[in-house]
Amino acid sequence: MSKPGEFYQRDRRWHPPALAQDYKTSVTRSPQYALISLENTASEITGPTFGHNDIDPLDHDLLRNFAGEGHSPIGERIIVHGRVLDENARPVPDTLVEIWQANASGRYRHKKDTYLGSLDPNFGGCGRTLTDADGYYFFRTVKPGAYPWRNWVNDWRPAHIHVSVFGSAFAQRLITQMYFEGDPLIATCPIVNTIPDPTAIEQLVAPLDRNATIPLDSIAYKFDIVLRGRRSTLFENRLEGN
Amino acid sequence: MPQKLDYLKETPSQTAGPYVHIGLAPGAAGFDIYARELGWDIAGPNAKGERIRVEGIVIDGTGSPVKDVLLEAWQANADGVYPHPETAGEVEDGFRGWGRVITDFETGEWAFDTIKPGPVMGRDGQMMAPHINLWVVARGINLGLNTRIYFADEEAANAADPVLTLIEWERRRATLIAARSDRDGVPVYRFDIRLQGQDETVFFDI
Ligand SMILES: [Fe+3]
Repeated sequence: MSKPGEFYQRDRRWHPPALAQDYKTSVTRSPQYALISLENTASEITGPTFGHNDIDPLDHDLLRNFAGEGHSPIGERIIVHGRVLDENARPVPDTLVEIWQANASGRYRHKKDTYLGSLDPNFGGCGRTLTDADGYYFFRTVKPGAYPWRNWVNDWRPAHIHVSVFGSAFAQRLITQMYFEGDPLIATCPIVNTIPDPTAIEQLVAPLDRNATIPLDSIAYKFDIVLRGRRSTLFENRLEGN
Repeated sequence: MPQKLDYLKETPSQTAGPYVHIGLAPGAAGFDIYARELGWDIAGPNAKGERIRVEGIVIDGTGSPVKDVLLEAWQANADGVYPHPETAGEVEDGFRGWGRVITDFETGEWAFDTIKPGPVMGRDGQMMAPHINLWVVARGINLGLNTRIYFADEEAANAADPVLTLIEWERRRATLIAARSDRDGVPVYRFDIRLQGQDETVFFDI
């Protein structure tokens, strides 16, 4: 009988290194010693599970989950949708996807954000959903605005949505950011460019998806997310001695 | 040219940024949106075992507290069972094993209440000492950091733990061991995390 085994080793040259000089905050927050590589145990191949009791049906709809009755947020109405897959291209079902973002003027609803851009009384800026049996998810929201940040004096973040995904194991836990096709700020962003490989950066850029737009309502972007894959059988290094 | 391997590549990580709370703990960002925020109750009301508090602070390379961290904990119950379909055994009703906590914006202190986990079966039948798996994200952290909290009062189990003993430098093992004290009858474990510099916490590539 085969059962799922260990996760493929994470490709740490594909991910950003801990220290990226141009992203200044990473300079003092990056470990300097080498990571200790662990072979997977039960502690890594298990992880929390979530169900429909944990969230509300409206949580994935940022156009409505904070807006007053009969109101909707200001900005370009968009759908962000896609699938959560693993490296074997298999869907990751029933997994929690959480997002957060600035509003259309580039302002976050956060007590620490003091940017000049206006708060939108009808926009919270967070959402969450569970993937379905095919690993599919979708959100409705507005396109976030670009915003300036203190790094170099004139740095601007490209429009982006922060994305958090669990997968089925603690080893798959991931936070990333989604960018929008065609945004000229992507190329010069020090946070984007913490990722060394340009092909890896492309994996974070969601293309416009006209097939998924809702005519006269919302435009769509497609963002597939890939989590670590795993071996399907255990060879001699068996887990849990069975 | 050989055939092309058709694996997908893992989506690359990006920092959680300073406003991670909006998405994962909106109450802390200053607004109320979800009926239930996730991750505030790790063990649930029915959990067996010793009720404990785990607390600490995250310190950067300048020795300053990091005040915008989010940590997630993942642990087994008192019998060493994870609430997950791939592990043998059942957990108590309401035992999630998972929690998320953020640091205080002023002090950088964080704390969560849970139960002390039991030893967990490791690889090749080797028992692992009780531990809580921790995942740390923040502005300036480009890929979430994985570490483990072990317990100072588990000396014998820690000495035999296959993960702790894998760390070649004995003095670095100490960075994973939470000191125990007692506060108003509740055991409190202190686990400070040093991101960088001397006594840097051991982080794992899991
Ligand atoms: Fe952001």
